Amino acid sequence: MDWGNFTQQLVNGLSLGAIYALIALGYTMVYGVLRFINFAHGDVFMVGAFAGLYVHRWLKPMLTFLPEIVSAVIVLLAAMAICAVLGIVIEKLAYKPLRQRSRLTVLITAIGVSLFLSYSAQLLFGAAPRGFPSLIDNKTHVLPGGATVTSEQVIVLVVTIILLFALRFVVLKTKMGLAMRALSNNPTAAALMGVNTNAVISFTFGLGSALAGAAGIFFATLYQAIDPFMGILPGVKAFVAAVLGGIGNIPGAALGGVLIGLVETLVVGYSNRIGIPSGYRDAVAFVILILILLFKPSGLLGKAEREKV
Amino acid sequence: MKNYLPHLALAAALLASFVLSQIAPQLDDYAVNILVLIGINMILAVSLNLVNGHTGQFSLGHAGFMAVGAYTSSMITLAVAPSLQASGGLQQNALFAGALFLGGLTAAVFGLLVGIPSLRLRGDYLAIVTLGFGEIIRVVIQNTDALGGARGLAGIPPYTTLFWTFGLAAITIYVVACLVNSTYGRGFIAVRDDEIAAEAMGINTTKFKVNAFVIGAFFAGIAGGLYAHFISYIAPEGFNFLKSVDIVVMVILGGMGSTPGVAAAAILLTLLNEWLRDFEQYRMIIFSLLLIVMMIVRPQGLLGNFRHRAKRTRTP
Repeated sequence: MDWGNFTQQLVNGLSLGAIYALIALGYTMVYGVLRFINFAHGDVFMVGAFAGLYVHRWLKPMLTFLPEIVSAVIVLLAAMAICAVLGIVIEKLAYKPLRQRSRLTVLITAIGVSLFLSYSAQLLFGAAPRGFPSLIDNKTHVLPGGATVTSEQVIVLVVTIILLFALRFVVLKTKMGLAMRALSNNPTAAALMGVNTNAVISFTFGLGSALAGAAGIFFATLYQAIDPFMGILPGVKAFVAAVLGGIGNIPGAALGGVLIGLVETLVVGYSNRIGIPSGYRDAVAFVILILILLFKPSGLLGKAEREKV
Repeated sequence: MKNYLPHLALAAALLASFVLSQIAPQLDDYAVNILVLIGINMILAVSLNLVNGHTGQFSLGHAGFMAVGAYTSSMITLAVAPSLQASGGLQQNALFAGALFLGGLTAAVFGLLVGIPSLRLRGDYLAIVTLGFGEIIRVVIQNTDALGGARGLAGIPPYTTLFWTFGLAAITIYVVACLVNSTYGRGFIAVRDDEIAAEAMGINTTKFKVNAFVIGAFFAGIAGGLYAHFISYIAPEGFNFLKSVDIVVMVILGGMGSTPGVAAAAILLTLLNEWLRDFEQYRMIIFSLLLIVMMIVRPQGLLGNFRHRAKRTRTP
């Protein structure tokens, strides 16, 4: 066994998994409060990447006096803010009028929103992939054993961990987080107890979309190319991650994301040895989804839910 | 008293498509092209309507099943056709019928494999599983050299005629309409209207959902076979997510659960796609806005009947 190579796969898998985890959190939180799959979430991720590209372009001439890392943080926060606003606007315009309608109606609307975002982006930014600038000076560090890790990967991992802890704080220690959990537990009871349902739903969309925006920037930083349809596959895989962790369960989504990222990277990394061509990498998450739905639909950390009439 | 009307309508439609195929040589190629596309889209939309409209599930991978049918039937005709070169039309048509049927059957088997895990559960899993399936089938074909990889399969014998297309479209409409209006078919509608109540009435909801899905996949496979033998060339990119969305838009505009509405929408949107060809980049933006606005204002579809109003969920 080549440990250097293995460590390398682990590093790559973890940084990819961090991105899936951030997207999956948005799916799972929205599912928690509204019980529906926000199909447009993958496209919010795409918008985050484009927002990062343009904010970077506009701000670069103005921010030359700041250290690189500070301007990178400003770009990240700006993209997150843009995505948060986008998420809230989508919810207000498209989903809110459908609050009492059937699941199918909301699902179709979400698909409509997803297509609208993709194709508007195609119209505005062109269909061809665009290069994404490095936001920080990218150095390659050699780990013991011969594996390498780039500064970008380290930053993606560190910032993801910071964001996860911030989210944990918001959900567990703030009043808004308490309201989110109440709504997820029982919307009617929460409303009766004086929870402002609309505000909490807006907040949840904003929070989830901001995390997707951050994931968009990280993905663009690691892969250096973005296009209007980049959101579809990571979106589906992050959804698989949310289901793997147990949909509606916040730590589950983070765990699921990391697992999907690791498994996908390991399958590709060892493709010759296990006999799966690396071209099938996108099929990995799909097979995992089928297996969970067959054997443990409630996910790793989720609880089986009873259907009540 | 037995109702003979659907059977008579089917016979009339088959006769009409035969007549149409006889006058086809007098039409120009462009008109024939559009007519064939209309027929194929009718099969796709009406069969998807069985899943998305009548049974109230949501599949986003119809193009994936279409691809399975297209590749299966093309592999068969490509393998067998050379040995038929000299022989007459009957053998060719028999080969085509067999290839289409096997294509549909293979698509149905895939439908079963995808449907069982995702339809067993409540919720919207089917949408995302079928979306994933549609993308995966494309990736797999792209990476399989035996199927032509990303280059696609060329030189497929052009067996599809107007008779085949409209004959099969008529059969699809007939099967779906008769199925939904039968005693058995009420089960699909019961599942859509209220899954819990349907289950309480003794309906095996999973079985009904899977059946609808497998039948839908079968006809999508047939439509794929027709398409492949019409264009003579298929590539994985032709069966992408966008193609699935096109079919979904037909079903929603036509009115989910209304077979005549959906068939009409298939005709309308095929023509509209031709007219909007120069505005390709705006087309999908218009369609997506249309989906959103329709769901808010008129969820029963443009041509859908008022019987099927959107169900209001009770507050728990």
